[in-house]
Amino acid sequence: MSINTASVPLPAWLEVVVIPILNLLMALFSAGLIMLAIGVNPLEALGFMIQGALGDDYALGYTLYYTTNFIFTGLAVAIAFHASLFNIGGEGQAYIGGLGVALVFLLLDRYLPAVLLVPLGIAAAALFGAAWAFIPGWLQAYRGSHIVITTIMFNFIAASLMVYLLVNVLIQPGQMSPESRAFEPAAWMPSMKAALAPFGIDLVSTPLNLSLVLALVCCVLVWFYIWRTRWGYELRTAGFSEPAARYAGIRPRGVIVTAMCLSGALAGLVAVNEIMGVHHRLLLNFPAGYGFTGIAVSLMGRNHPIGIVVASLLFGVLYQGGAELAFEIPGITREMVVAIQGLIILFSGALALMLRPLVVRLYLRVKPVESLGPATA
Amino acid sequence: MSTSVSGTGAGDLALELKGITKRFGAVVANRDISLSVRRGAIHGIVGENGAGKSTLMSILYGFYQADEGDISVGGKPARINSSRDAIAAGIGMVHQHFMLVDTFTVLENIVLGAESHALLEPNIRAARAELARLADEYGLSIDVDALAGDLPVGEQQRVEILKALYRHADLLILDEPTGVLTPQEADQLFRVLRSLKERGVTVILITHKLREIMDITDEVSVLRLGEMVAHRKTDSTSMQELAELMVGRALDSTDYSRNEALRADASTGIDVQDLVLERDNGTRRLDGVSLTVRRGEILGVAGVAGNGQSALLDVLSGMTAPTSGRFVINGREAGPDDLPSPSEMRDLRINHVPEDRLKLGLVKAFSAAESSLLGYQRAERFNWRGVLRLKSIRRLCASLMADFDVRPADPRLRSASFSGGNQQKLILARELDKSPDVLLVGQPTRGVDIGAIELIHEKLVEMRDAGCAILLVSVELDEILSLSDRIVVMYEGRVVGEVDGKEADKTTLGLMMANAHQPQQAVAS
Repeated sequence: MSINTASVPLPAWLEVVVIPILNLLMALFSAGLIMLAIGVNPLEALGFMIQGALGDDYALGYTLYYTTNFIFTGLAVAIAFHASLFNIGGEGQAYIGGLGVALVFLLLDRYLPAVLLVPLGIAAAALFGAAWAFIPGWLQAYRGSHIVITTIMFNFIAASLMVYLLVNVLIQPGQMSPESRAFEPAAWMPSMKAALAPFGIDLVSTPLNLSLVLALVCCVLVWFYIWRTRWGYELRTAGFSEPAARYAGIRPRGVIVTAMCLSGALAGLVAVNEIMGVHHRLLLNFPAGYGFTGIAVSLMGRNHPIGIVVASLLFGVLYQGGAELAFEIPGITREMVVAIQGLIILFSGALALMLRPLVVRLYLRVKPVESLGPATA
Repeated sequence: MSTSVSGTGAGDLALELKGITKRFGAVVANRDISLSVRRGAIHGIVGENGAGKSTLMSILYGFYQADEGDISVGGKPARINSSRDAIAAGIGMVHQHFMLVDTFTVLENIVLGAESHALLEPNIRAARAELARLADEYGLSIDVDALAGDLPVGEQQRVEILKALYRHADLLILDEPTGVLTPQEADQLFRVLRSLKERGVTVILITHKLREIMDITDEVSVLRLGEMVAHRKTDSTSMQELAELMVGRALDSTDYSRNEALRADASTGIDVQDLVLERDNGTRRLDGVSLTVRRGEILGVAGVAGNGQSALLDVLSGMTAPTSGRFVINGREAGPDDLPSPSEMRDLRINHVPEDRLKLGLVKAFSAAESSLLGYQRAERFNWRGVLRLKSIRRLCASLMADFDVRPADPRLRSASFSGGNQQKLILARELDKSPDVLLVGQPTRGVDIGAIELIHEKLVEMRDAGCAILLVSVELDEILSLSDRIVVMYEGRVVGEVDGKEADKTTLGLMMANAHQPQQAVAS
C-alpha cells in the first residue's frame, strides 16, 4: 500500500521524541561500525564518551559550557528559519559580536562598575551581531541578493576584518600574539562557580558561566516572541507564505530585516559566553565553528527552543565527550570525533525524515481509523 | 450497497469496481465503493468536494492503491499499481490541471513518455501519421506543430485527450473538464466526447456541475462522504434529485431577488477610472478598466480566468500598485503613487476575500484560530502592545465557525486539514465579521461543495442588503447570474461589456467572454 505518509499527522511525542531518538541511534550505530572497522570497541568508546561528558562536575561543566554556545547559535538559526531565511552567517555574527564586547570593554572597563559593564557587554554583543546580520538581510530584502550566499561571504569578511583589527589595532602593545589586553574583572561574566558559591554550592572551576542562564532566558524570549506576539505571528506568516503576508498587510521586507537582526543578535551572544565569560579578552577564531553547528542544532531541535536545548545538550556531550574520547583511546583521533558529529548531523539533519514513513506505517497499524487529531499550533 | 442499474452481463462492462476502500491515515476517503461502467457509455460521477471522487480516480489511474477491493477492466481483473499499468489496461486520464510542457509542441507533448524508439525523429514521424488518423477518426483536429503553451485552454484539453487516445485508451477519465472552459468550448468538448462514444470509447466524467451530467451522460453515480450512495440512468433522474443525493438533504432552489432597495442615487463604493497595470515586459494585465460599484449592489465581473480579473482585485485591495489610472474606494482616492496598503485598506473598512485562498487567504500550517487572525493581527482587540490575546482570538474563531457552520468547529485544527469549502467559509467569516463598507470577493465558491455555496451566497446577499458595495469576481457564470445586480465582462484586461443582472443570459455572457459578441480590435501590447 502506498500512502502519502508526509500528510499523516503524528502525535507530538512520536514527532519530536521518538523519531529524533531513532535518528540518533542510527547515527551511533553507524559510528559504531566505523569504530569496529578501525579496531576500537564501540561500547567501550561510548562509555568513555558519556563518562567524559557527564561523569563528574568537571565534565558536566565543560559540556554545559559548550551547550551554551549551541543554544545561542541554534536559536539564531531557528528564528531566521521561521521567517524562511537560512542564516549561515552565525559564525561571522558571533565573531563581530565579540568585537562589540571588546570595544565597549576596552573603552569603559576601568570606569564603570560590574552592574553596568555586564549588561553593556551583553547589549554590545547583541547589537554588533545584529548589525552584521542586518547587511545581508537588507541586501536580501531590497536587492534580492540571496541570504545564503551573502551570509557565507560575510563570515569571510568578518574573519578578515578581525585579523586586521587584532593584528594592527586592538593588539596589546608590546605583545606578539594577536589578542587584546585582558578586561578588568568587573567586566567578566561571573563563572558558575563564583555565582553558586554564596549558596554553599561548591563547584570545580570550569569555563561554565552565567551565560547559560542568559541562554535559557533567550529560549523563553524566543518562544514568546515567535508564538505569542504579533511580530512573531507576522514573521511566521511571511515565512510560510509571502503572498499571504502581503495580503495580511505585512511587509515581507520588514520581516526579513527584523528576523535577520534578531538572528544576528542571538548569534552575537556567543561572545558573551566566550569573550566575557571565558577568555576575558578578544582573540582570533573564538567562534570555532559554533555558528555552523548551530544549523545542525536547530535542524535537530525542529526550530523549537525546547528541541534546541535538547539538541544543544547532545552536541555539548559530543564536543566534551569526544575530546575525552580522543584523549583516552589512541586509535581515535580528533578527526574521528568530528566524523561522529558529522554522522549525527547527517542522520538527524539531512536524513531526519528518512524513518518517518516507517513510523507512520507502524503508527497506523497500531492506531486505526479515527478522526483527525488537533494540530499543534 | 446499491448495484448497477444496467442489466447487462459482465462482458459488456468496461470497468467494474467491487468494494474499494481507501484510507489516508485516519481518514477514510473511499468506503466500500462498487461501480459498473458499461462499455461505450458516458458515465458521470458527481459528488461534493471531498466526497472522494478524485481519490477514486487516482486509484483507477494507479496514483494510489486501494486498501481493499477489486478492479476489473474490460471483464478481466486488473492490478493497477502505477499509471503505466493503467495505460496498459487502456485507461486514459485527462486531469483538471493539464500536464503539458508549455514549451514543447503538441506533437512532442503527445509522444512524451510513449516513445517507442531511442531517437526522437522516428517517434515524431510515426506520431504524426497516427495523430492524423486519430484526428480524422474522432474529429479532433489540431495544429500538431503549435507550442502547447500558445494554445487556448480548450485546445490544450484536446491535446490531453489525444495523448490518451495515442496511448490506445478505450476508457477515458475526465476530471472536472469544463472548469476552465468557456461555455462554447465546453460545448465543443461535449461534441468530441459524443463522437468518442460513437466509436466505442467509454468515458467517465467527474464533475460537480449537474447540468453537464444531465446534458451528456448516459448513467450517473453519486458519491457522498466517501460512499457511493446512488446509481441512476440519467434520463430517469433530475438535477434536483442528484443535488439532494450529493448533499444528503433537500435543497431550496434559491433565486436571489435583486436588491429592490437599491436607489439610483445610492452612493458609490468603488469608482475606477482607466486603470492600467503593466507586466514587466510591457504587456497589460489591465488595459484601461473603468467601472463603478454602488453601495447595496453586487457587481459581477465575469470572464474566463486570466483576463485581468485577478489583477483588478490585486490593485483594488492595495496589493499591487497600478501603472496608471485612478480609483476612489470608500471615499479614498488612490493611484499609482498613493495606493493604500492592504492594512490601510482594512482600516478604511475595505475587505478582501482573495481568489487563491490557499496562497493568500490563509496559512496552511497555521491553526484555524491563527488563520482567522490573518490581516487583523494589529487590531487592538487581538493584541496588547504586541502580545497576542490568544483567548480572544480563539473565542472569535469559535464564534466565526459557529456563524458560518465551519466544520469541524475546532479552532486548534490546522487550516490545511479543513476541506476547501470550510476554509472558504472561515475566510469569508473573518472578512464579513468586520462588516466592511466595500467587499472585494474573488471566486467565493471555487471548489466549494453545494451546501457551502448556498450559505456563502446567502451571506453575500445579506451584506449587500446591509449596504455593502460588493465586487464579485467569478468564473462560474451561474454564480454571477444568480448574485449580480449588474455584470461586467472582462477580456484581455479590458471591460468588453456590461449587462443588467436581470437581462443577462448565459449565451450572451459566454460570447462576450470569448470576445465574439461583437467585433473588437486586437489588443495592442
